[in-house]
Amino acid sequence: MQQFDKVKFRNNMSLAARQIAISALAVIAALAISMIVVAAMGVNPAKAMSKMISGALGGKSAVAETLVKMTPLLFTGMSYALANRCGLTNIGMEGQLYIGALTATIAGVYIQGLPMVIHLPLTMLAGFLGGGIWGGVVGVLKVKFGANEIITTVMLNTVATNLVQYMVTGPITEPPGDDAQSSPLLDSATLPTILKGTRAHLGILIALLFVVAFYLFLWKSKKGYEIRVSGQNPDAAIYSGINTGRNIMIVMLLAGGLAGLAGATEVMGVQGRLFPTVSPGYGFDGIAVSLIGANTAPGIVAGAFLFGILRAGGNSMQRATGVPVAIISVIQAIVILMVVATGFLREGGFRKKKTSQKAA
Amino acid sequence: MAKILEMKHITKQFPGVLANDDVNLSVEQGEVHTLLGENGAGKSTLMNILCGLYHPTSGEIWLEGQKVRFSSAKDAMNRGIGMVHQHFMLIPSLTVVENCLIGAKSKSVVKLDLAGAAQKLSALAEEYNMNLDPMARVEDLSVGACQRAEIIKALFRGAKILILDEPTAVLTPQETDELFNMVRKLTNSGFTVLFISHKLNEVKEISNSITILRQGRSVDTVKNEDLSVNELARLMVGREVDMTVTRHETDQSKAMLTVSHLTLGHPSGNRLLNDVSFEVHKGEIFGIAGVDGNGQSELVECLTGLRKATSGTAVYKDLDLAKSSTREIMKKGVSHVPQDRQKSGLILSMNLAENMILQDYYQPEFGKGPMLNWKYINEYTDKLLKDFQVKAPSRFELAQNLSGGNQQKVIIAREVSREPGLLIAMHPTRGVDVGAIEYIHKRIVEERDAGRAVLLVSTELEEVLKLSDRVAVMYEGEIMGVVRPKEVTVEEMGLMMGGQRREAPQAAG
Repeated sequence: MQQFDKVKFRNNMSLAARQIAISALAVIAALAISMIVVAAMGVNPAKAMSKMISGALGGKSAVAETLVKMTPLLFTGMSYALANRCGLTNIGMEGQLYIGALTATIAGVYIQGLPMVIHLPLTMLAGFLGGGIWGGVVGVLKVKFGANEIITTVMLNTVATNLVQYMVTGPITEPPGDDAQSSPLLDSATLPTILKGTRAHLGILIALLFVVAFYLFLWKSKKGYEIRVSGQNPDAAIYSGINTGRNIMIVMLLAGGLAGLAGATEVMGVQGRLFPTVSPGYGFDGIAVSLIGANTAPGIVAGAFLFGILRAGGNSMQRATGVPVAIISVIQAIVILMVVATGFLREGGFRKKKTSQKAA
Repeated sequence: MAKILEMKHITKQFPGVLANDDVNLSVEQGEVHTLLGENGAGKSTLMNILCGLYHPTSGEIWLEGQKVRFSSAKDAMNRGIGMVHQHFMLIPSLTVVENCLIGAKSKSVVKLDLAGAAQKLSALAEEYNMNLDPMARVEDLSVGACQRAEIIKALFRGAKILILDEPTAVLTPQETDELFNMVRKLTNSGFTVLFISHKLNEVKEISNSITILRQGRSVDTVKNEDLSVNELARLMVGREVDMTVTRHETDQSKAMLTVSHLTLGHPSGNRLLNDVSFEVHKGEIFGIAGVDGNGQSELVECLTGLRKATSGTAVYKDLDLAKSSTREIMKKGVSHVPQDRQKSGLILSMNLAENMILQDYYQPEFGKGPMLNWKYINEYTDKLLKDFQVKAPSRFELAQNLSGGNQQKVIIAREVSREPGLLIAMHPTRGVDVGAIEYIHKRIVEERDAGRAVLLVSTELEEVLKLSDRVAVMYEGEIMGVVRPKEVTVEEMGLMMGGQRREAPQAAG
């Protein structure tokens, strides 16, 4: 009658431990497979690996470089996770990042005469709003017209990258217009470095603050609860009178804003001006970051750290061994496949379904 | 009589669950043999083993004196075992005869012998008094006819042992009678029927022998005539069951919910609800009976803001429920036990505390301003889990790990603790064990005694008649009549469930 499924019970008690194991295995498997690829290119995998690690963690400037790469990854990871918690799949972080970088650049270049305490937050806000509008459009399209957010976000990515390309070669190009780039951001809109002699900038601390806010919002606030209910069981949300449509629009706005901040901190802290290629794919990395982190705050920090290492170390690996940085994309793709596959086996697995019925 | 089927020492271990534990079943040719047991007792697992869908972890199956091992459902079918599942395995867009031919052996590889098969089906239908047109599309058939189609499909494929999994769950009392007549005719011609049920009266009516399963074990096999219904109940549950409810006199003079001329149209032109009018009074349980799918879900959806009625009103306090949003309705003091606890009543992947606040999380009680007060929520959850006797290790348990009965208790706890003026409960005991049914019934009657208005929707006729002060019967979106349980027979209820009208009495003053 009242029989508890002991195996399942035990499994749930260590849900976090299991998730960590899954993520770790996915990462290890992905690294192993990519090292096979490296070996096939005729490079000693051990050497490539050690170059990558020393490039990311060997010394002050290497660690600083990892922190630099981590910053946008924290934002895009949160962006994907937030949408995913509401049952949405935001593939549009790359585009939202570009628009965020664009609007932050406009605010950072053309709003003049403000002290830093006002100009800096204002520039970040501009980035947040730019990305937010880019994401919010997706939410509106989904709620009002039933447009699938995966498709609209992917399409808006292309629109965003081309829009930035157009802007930096046209309307906001640096006079006289010889190069595809904007004018540099004003000093009052530039994120100060936090480690002398390195590129590490204030953005990483801001990003970590946002991670805390992300946690408080989703797990401690009423709106966050609504969003998680809508994501886990939309029928239950409707049953309890939650306005799921409005929540979808809010979440896409916030998720877009987070990705926009990734773009804003890039131009404000690293690049100093807008180039047509703001991001080497931080938007897509965010998917893997969030998956590794199981949409949790500490997980996203861990995931962003890992991909920060890959991004920072990948460059030194390329210089030292000739293995292209693109190998990161291979690792990323395998991680996504692994995590998605284990998630599928765990939740939709045929056997599990049967047992849960029996236990009822 | 000869033993046609023996299942010896069957054990089936699922990861973490022992679904069958040393089960023995011995069936004689030509009898109706019932598997009796509560939900989760292992009946379906055992039958799925018999028809080749599962392999037993250990144990043997003997068919007509021969030891057999089925590697697939097709294997079992070829050996003469046919199963009619609770949820029909028919393709709606195909005809009956086309459905029967799926998976059946065909003489020619190229051409389907539809005409020949149809003829054979007609002959079978005639032989066993089944009213069924082989060329009819399944989607046009009534539920009863679908069931006949399933039975005839099994016979057509050469079944000698017919397994009927809870066949009466979807039928009116009259259709049940028809089914039982058919079953008797089949056994008279030498077929053997395995009947799965937890409804004692039906079991008593149709069976020759009964095997009782409890918690995965076979408790006993008895001859029908040797035991009374009460003794069967005791064997099934494992203890004495008190299924009577005591109720107090209540003041039922005040109407809490007045539904008038509620109508819900459908693009196809059909009316899902047609001119439905009734009143639910304070201190009264107003039951809605009827075969599943006759507008009950739509009615509840219209009353809880999940659907907007085309016309008509449903006034509760000063709010017209038919035109209000779910949130407005719930805020006004309406509670809703939904028909499917897993689909919408709970968030299975969330813990019990998170489930407990689903209806009221936004109220200041659960946290000031935009934030939630988890300390308070946790205490609140612990209190409700205790008050409502939910068996769970802690509030951190995920809802999906609770048994059906305990899941339902969580919902009842959440909805009742809101102290609603109107409680709408749909199928509150569907698929839960006897202990939980007892408890849930008691809680619902307590709500009534406390002066709340209760709208109880259930397809379990026994439940509606036992709990309700008045009962309305719905048929094709209309109310066939409102009756008092004491003044009506099951046969009369059956006629109304089949579409016959009756005059309504007034609520007591």
